[in-house]
Amino acid sequence: MWTYEKKLQYPVKVSTCNPTLAKFLMEQYGGADGELAAALRYLNQRYTIPEKVIGLLTDIGTEEFAHLEMIATMIYKLTKDATPDQLREAGLGEHYVAHDSALFYSNAAGVPFTAAYIQAKGDPIADLYEDIAAEEKARATYQWIIDMSDDPDLNDSLRFLREREIIHSQRFREAVEILKEERDRKKVF
Amino acid sequence: MENHPKTFTKVKSYVPFHGPCDPCPPIGRKYYRTPPNLYVGFQQPSLPQFSPAEALMKGTLWPVFYDFYENPYKKRRV
Repeated sequence: MWTYEKKLQYPVKVSTCNPTLAKFLMEQYGGADGELAAALRYLNQRYTIPEKVIGLLTDIGTEEFAHLEMIATMIYKLTKDATPDQLREAGLGEHYVAHDSALFYSNAAGVPFTAAYIQAKGDPIADLYEDIAAEEKARATYQWIIDMSDDPDLNDSLRFLREREIIHSQRFREAVEILKEERDRKKVF
Repeated sequence: MENHPKTFTKVKSYVPFHGPCDPCPPIGRKYYRTPPNLYVGFQQPSLPQFSPAEALMKGTLWPVFYDFYENPYKKRRV
């Protein structure tokens, strides 16, 4: 069960009218390494992972939905007042034809989301290594979006999200160390 | 993970080969990031912390994991 707080994890402010950025941001919305893929991947893998790291997958998977909500807010703000002509100029003409300015789970190139983006192998190490890779790929995607963006306020929020990818990767790496630990051996920190 | 270095850089760079038949001017130096999570290993107890207010803005409680990102090619933009 979840509880919902009616606020964003980090403020989202967009200072320039640039619907092209919305198109780029869709990579993190419905893309292979996006926030939706991350949330679904972790919240599904956690059923078949050793008890010690279930909580970690629950926490991070939940946070990914908070990130998804931030990305959705960015895309919405960047497109809500755009005319069909402006959307076409931004490369979102095909999106408009199918969805108006509604949000949809597809990547920056318009490819719809698929469950084939994520995996649950049932092997704890294989699954955690995939999670680490996913975090690094998402971190890289945020870097490339920041490189493409001239909006200082949007970049501020994107930098927060990139930092969270680093922390998530760190925690997944620690989870691997926990599972590598010899069972029943006395350890002192 | 035991042998991680005490200090590390968060950005690395290299100069990709540029041949006489390459059509575009060379990018010069190519950069890639190597964030702290690659080096720190299992987090040790009692590391320094940001204040709660600062941590909420930075995205981490721990200065050791903080890594500000800026477009490394910005200067070249004309």
